[in-house]
Amino acid sequence: MSGEAYAVIVTHSTSHAIRAEKVIAGAGIACKLVPLPRHISSDCGVCVRIARVDTDAAIRALTDARVDFEGVHDI
Amino acid sequence: MIYFDNAATSWPKPPVVVEAITGFLNNTGASPGRSGHRLAVEASRIVYDTREVLTQLFNGTDPLRLAFTQNVTEALNLALRGLLHPGEHIITSSMEHNAMMRPLRALEKQGVEVTVVPCSPEGLLDAAQVEAAVRPGTKMIAANHASNVVGTLLPITDIGRIARRYELLFLVDTAQTAGAYPIDMQDSHIDLLAFTGHKALYGPTGTGGLIFGERVNLAGFEPLKRGGTGSRSETEEQPGFLPDLCESGTLNAVGLAGLKASVEWLRGNGIAAIRQHESELAQRLIDGLRDIPGITVYGTHDAACQTATVSFNIAGLEPSEVGERLDSEYAIMCRVGLHCAPAAHKTIGTFPAGTVRFGLGTFNTHADIDAALAAVSALARQTQ
Repeated sequence: MSGEAYAVIVTHSTSHAIRAEKVIAGAGIACKLVPLPRHISSDCGVCVRIARVDTDAAIRALTDARVDFEGVHDI
Repeated sequence: MIYFDNAATSWPKPPVVVEAITGFLNNTGASPGRSGHRLAVEASRIVYDTREVLTQLFNGTDPLRLAFTQNVTEALNLALRGLLHPGEHIITSSMEHNAMMRPLRALEKQGVEVTVVPCSPEGLLDAAQVEAAVRPGTKMIAANHASNVVGTLLPITDIGRIARRYELLFLVDTAQTAGAYPIDMQDSHIDLLAFTGHKALYGPTGTGGLIFGERVNLAGFEPLKRGGTGSRSETEEQPGFLPDLCESGTLNAVGLAGLKASVEWLRGNGIAAIRQHESELAQRLIDGLRDIPGITVYGTHDAACQTATVSFNIAGLEPSEVGERLDSEYAIMCRVGLHCAPAAHKTIGTFPAGTVRFGLGTFNTHADIDAALAAVSALARQTQ
């Protein structure tokens, strides 16, 4: 089931994560703010979780809205 | 009781602001921008949404280019001290508050060159004189949108065009106008907009910010403080991106929750409608004061050219005595003296004694104006 495979979009800060979440949700893509997995970053904030199949569409939405992000990781 | 000190801090606040503040303290409480638990995320969302409504209000480009500060003073310091270097030149007006003048005078001692363009005794600025002051090495023009002493509006769109023509940065101090007057960063070519939350935005004290336009290059920008941001925690270097570059330490999330509610309230009521009400009150006050023998009213005498802040003096009475008697005998609260703006008082000819300032707000009424006019008239009569 593709719904069980997730990716996370890592941003500069929690503010950026909320902005990214709004842009991704605004593009009609399901997403959720979740705590940043420890193995991805030592940071103390949050990231945006999406279904892995939506990765390309989410990146496109962020790029179109000129929202910076640090990277995308499958989890 | 009549509160005429809205130019210092507006009061009362809309009930939704009080509800948002108590709601935050009762139900959210946590640190914004740190931790990933639900309350921290909720606090972060509230702070982010506050960035968003303010960016929309001023027609900025990106909510993440808004750095929160404690007030407009900190925002002006952030812009001036962050961007100006020895040898660079800045142009400002003679109607500025010390929130602008003191950081500039300190920078001047470090080698920044400052030109103060004189304004008329009514507080009016001729944009052509600003253009005439531009020279090689000029980096920035910085001006208030309206005087905190007489309320006179400066022609910020004209100045913005000049700044854009010469590729200068344009910093606007909107302390007296944010919330009271429509402000559009794009139309007025504003690169740096400094605002405070506790005056005409009707938010709580301890809130304000600086909005960075897209033309502001952050390379080499010096923040006022460095510290924890909740981001890039693995490094001991300050992040170079906004807003974290300028937002070290836990933000005033409870205050920002109140500010978000107040901005939404303002937008719901319509700034144009608020402006019309305040303008009517201001003109009624100006005309009434000018009818009283022994009163001098400063500024343009035209509410269309100013905010709802009116300065005057009673012949034969010190401003401090007028203020004390208005409070003790009539329960009218106002501000007297120099209003932290010696340059403006020198310009209008009231330095060093100052003036009596009535700062009107949206909750004032025609009845308040009439009661105040009767009180001032009685004081003036007793003095003749």
